[in-house]
Amino acid sequence: MPLPMPADGPLIAERRVAAVCASDQSERYVTPILTVEGLSKRFGGVVAVRDVSLAVPRGSITSIIGPNGAGKTSLLNMISGFYRPSEGRITFEARDISRSRPNQIASLGIGRTFQNIALFGGLTVLDNILLGRHVHMRAGVLKSVIYWGLAAREEIAHRARCEEIIEFLRLQDIRKQPASALPYGLRKRVELGRALAVEPRLLLLDEPMGGMNQEEKENMARFILDVNQEWGVTMLLIEHDMGVVMDISDQVVVLDSGQRIAAGRPADVQADPAVIAAYLGKTR
Amino acid sequence: MFHREAGVFKTTYAADMSLFPLPVARKAIAVICVLLVAFIPLVCSEYQLSQFNLIFIAVVGALGLNILVGYTGQISIGHGAFMSVGAYTAANLAVRLDLPFWITLPAGGLMAALIGAAVGVPSLRIKGLYLAITTLAAQLIIEWTINHVPFISGGTQVSIPVPKPSLFGFQFETQRELYFLLLLAAGVATIATLNLVRSRLGRAFVAIRDHDIAAEITGIDIFRYKLLAFAISSFYAGVTGVLYTYYLGIANYEQFQIDVSIDFLAMIIIGGLGSVLGPILGAAFVTLLPIFIRGLMQSMGGLLMNENTLAAVIPNLRLTLFGVAIILFLIVEPEGLNRLWRNSRNYFRFWPFSY
Repeated sequence: MPLPMPADGPLIAERRVAAVCASDQSERYVTPILTVEGLSKRFGGVVAVRDVSLAVPRGSITSIIGPNGAGKTSLLNMISGFYRPSEGRITFEARDISRSRPNQIASLGIGRTFQNIALFGGLTVLDNILLGRHVHMRAGVLKSVIYWGLAAREEIAHRARCEEIIEFLRLQDIRKQPASALPYGLRKRVELGRALAVEPRLLLLDEPMGGMNQEEKENMARFILDVNQEWGVTMLLIEHDMGVVMDISDQVVVLDSGQRIAAGRPADVQADPAVIAAYLGKTR
Repeated sequence: MFHREAGVFKTTYAADMSLFPLPVARKAIAVICVLLVAFIPLVCSEYQLSQFNLIFIAVVGALGLNILVGYTGQISIGHGAFMSVGAYTAANLAVRLDLPFWITLPAGGLMAALIGAAVGVPSLRIKGLYLAITTLAAQLIIEWTINHVPFISGGTQVSIPVPKPSLFGFQFETQRELYFLLLLAAGVATIATLNLVRSRLGRAFVAIRDHDIAAEITGIDIFRYKLLAFAISSFYAGVTGVLYTYYLGIANYEQFQIDVSIDFLAMIIIGGLGSVLGPILGAAFVTLLPIFIRGLMQSMGGLLMNENTLAAVIPNLRLTLFGVAIILFLIVEPEGLNRLWRNSRNYFRFWPFSY
């Protein structure tokens, strides 16, 4: 997979083609990009996540489902570095990230969106997305203060990248609007745009369709599939809408009370008695 | 009416991202520059110029404090102390080592930046009011240290006389000469701030203010950038201290006590947090308010009370009206003078039509 490119690298459009070609190779779906081994998280006496293991194949869409309080978000928070695991290991591209800080994890190539939208309300849509380029930009204090000639060139190069994302997510007409003034569905899309601007190789989406109506859900599902297929970004998402999960996932992992109770292809998981028991209760 | 986007098309990102994309704004800035550089120093008296000079000094400090409070969202009540750090660094370097102004000015700023960053270390763990209290403690500790360590201040209650500033062999003596020096300083500070807040750093600061968790996940090292905000802001404060010291001709710890910190906070609150124009307007407002009150009371106050009471009332009236002004702004227009300006500008965009 391509590493984050310098500002003068090929445009995203060109890389899309490269990614699609690369996706035909046998590597896709086979080598895991992220592995989680024996991961546990305890908050005092409460065990939020208990001995969970999973592997996310490169190029796949993996969904984590489970009833409320199953530990899905806690698992995501550990992967993105907000929680320190009590036990276990998280490996991203053969690198142990169990003890890394969130900003280090972001610069390694893991993007993330939040269940409750976490946009920068005071900034415009464009600036929100430009912020995603932070790890790819270099300007320090002096360059920023002088700006002309030094930081300006970098800003313009990255602006071009952001415009591609804006075009892809169809945000052109609101690019100069403050993020706090946007309706819910659009804010979710802007947040996805900001996460994409980091150029992640793995994208963690926490309930990308939570609180959306059917049309917005369909739009978001299409964006997720496009990002996955055209840009070659591996997706790990938490979602409650079973229809969407079963439609778009390559792999589904089911958590209940902090434990992994099933994992596999959507159809297999749907038929798994343990999953049915967790959602509907046990039959006598 | 004049301020119109219609018909202004931008064909490059560079044009879209320039500081003043509208031709009318560029013309307005040019007019203001001509006024400040050529017109005002020609027509104003020495006394009036001295008021401008005080505003220019305040602009530098207010812009700096606003980077920390308005853009990064970290409160500091210790900026008066950072100014004194800059002032005493410059005074000592100028008197003991006989160093010229162009060295002592950045040296004072850098020393203040160092101390400011150290004071900013707790900001990783504590937020809001608790951080305010830590910076308040820093203010008092620095004040006390400067006053009680003879190596720094030359002894308790002693002031250090400093020479008048000189640049390229030119000595700035009169208010009119100092006017140009301080105008230059305020201009450079304004441009630097404008550039800073539209660059990668400025965006990172706003990200930390608006949503620190999301900032971390987009790869911003929060601790580093908070310290950087403290350092940059304190650098401005240190430069303000140096300018004020050279302006007055003495370094004295009493010029940078806690009321100065509060004054500067008032400037950015009244002017408008998180903008560049706000602190400039706020600095002018807060500097001119006591002068305006004194003028008003001296001309009208005699009708209400005798001279002795008047002399006692004026300084207190300044503090009272100051408090009233802050309360009024917080209630009526929390975004300050900057928002008032933007509202009136937007009104005239469509005038004489309503939309």
